[in-house]
Amino acid sequence: MSDRELRVAKIRNGTVIDHVTGGQALNVLSILGIDGSEGLGVSVGMNVPSDRLGRKDVVKVEDRELSQSEVDVISLIAPEATINIIRDYEVVEKNRVDRPESVIGLLSCPNRNCITNANEPVETRFDVVDEGVRCTYCGTIIREALATHIDPE
Amino acid sequence: MRQDHLITATQLSRADIEAVLDRAAEIDADPGAVADRCQEAVLALCFFEPSTRTKMSFETAIKRLGGATTDMGTVESSSVKKGESLADTVRVVEGYADALVLRHPSEGAAKMAAEFVDVPVINAGDGAGQHPSQTLLDLYTIRDNVGLDDLSIGIMGDLKYGRTVHSLAEALTNFDVRQHFISPESLKLPRSVRFDLHNSGAQLREHTDLDEVLPELDVLYVTRIQRERFPDETEYEQIAGEYQIDADTVAAAGDDLAVMHPLPRVDEIDPAVDALPEATYFEQAHNGVPVRMALLDSLLAEGSL
Repeated sequence: MSDRELRVAKIRNGTVIDHVTGGQALNVLSILGIDGSEGLGVSVGMNVPSDRLGRKDVVKVEDRELSQSEVDVISLIAPEATINIIRDYEVVEKNRVDRPESVIGLLSCPNRNCITNANEPVETRFDVVDEGVRCTYCGTIIREALATHIDPE
Repeated sequence: MRQDHLITATQLSRADIEAVLDRAAEIDADPGAVADRCQEAVLALCFFEPSTRTKMSFETAIKRLGGATTDMGTVESSSVKKGESLADTVRVVEGYADALVLRHPSEGAAKMAAEFVDVPVINAGDGAGQHPSQTLLDLYTIRDNVGLDDLSIGIMGDLKYGRTVHSLAEALTNFDVRQHFISPESLKLPRSVRFDLHNSGAQLREHTDLDEVLPELDVLYVTRIQRERFPDETEYEQIAGEYQIDADTVAAAGDDLAVMHPLPRVDEIDPAVDALPEATYFEQAHNGVPVRMALLDSLLAEGSL
């Protein structure tokens, strides 16, 4: 494969998250808590042509195998994502993401008057509902732009 | 279902509600029979916001069951003023008491508190969230006056921030009740409450004008529209004025309307209504004692709701 064709290199060991909704790759990394400081090799392809999605993002994380519970949260912003576990350049496991029942400690509640925004020793918790996600504490529902509520901490 | 805390109205089934109301009716008929049901029990009153009715009626309720209270006092006089978290406060207080009544300005405060303590927590108001013990006394009053099924209720005023409204609306979905919500556009029900009502299959309609629906109401539940919800005084006065009722309003309603209000009122119900047989808001406030006695009896003497 020539350099002109190869947008993102194959990895030897790690996880490839494919079929990510176009434009969401950086949010996927944010959800996974990967910002480069861990020293992991990370490759990102954005808005790559895709037969299934039209355009898609691809995220490759070297030397880290992501657990199902970690990747399920990705389904909230990239419901079509597939997770490939790679060992010695071979795909040894391939899974779709499933919607989790709840999302803990990832999102911040947009209701400023929610107890989770009051400097209490409590993690945010959102239940996944048909309309989006819902704060377990104050009931606030987030329907859109979920990624903008990802807690940077 | 066994429940250790009272946090929201949505946790209550029809059977749960009826059990508390039936018990309250028994207590109301013969308060002396339960005078030692909670002997030696101590109820902690943790009010991070002002309260008259809720706090005093819980205090009276536990005393009439033979128990006592320990009171955090005002926020100004407590260690909250020194920056103590709610999680720490409730963990300290649970060592002093058998149950905890909590009012707090943040939504979700009671839910969080219940995760930190082993004693029962009763949500006595969490910001613009819920106030389920008020709902139980509201339901008791409605049942006493007009019954709880085949009913049309109008809930009017600040539906967006009114925690008594949110709890009552959600609890009413357990009964055959048509709910009419009457408010200015800017104070309509919040999305989270609509979500719960929709999921419960509630029969609801929304109005900006009380006259549209007044003749068909059995109950009119009036709430206060607060000045601070509006950017300027003129707008507040104009809008709040449209949601005030007087003797003419009551006369224009159908027979046997029950006018309710969680109180305190400011000027949303004209004092001339007080003397009319339709006015039930003082009776409603008084019902706080037997209903809260029934609630405390369940949580403390029986061990669960």
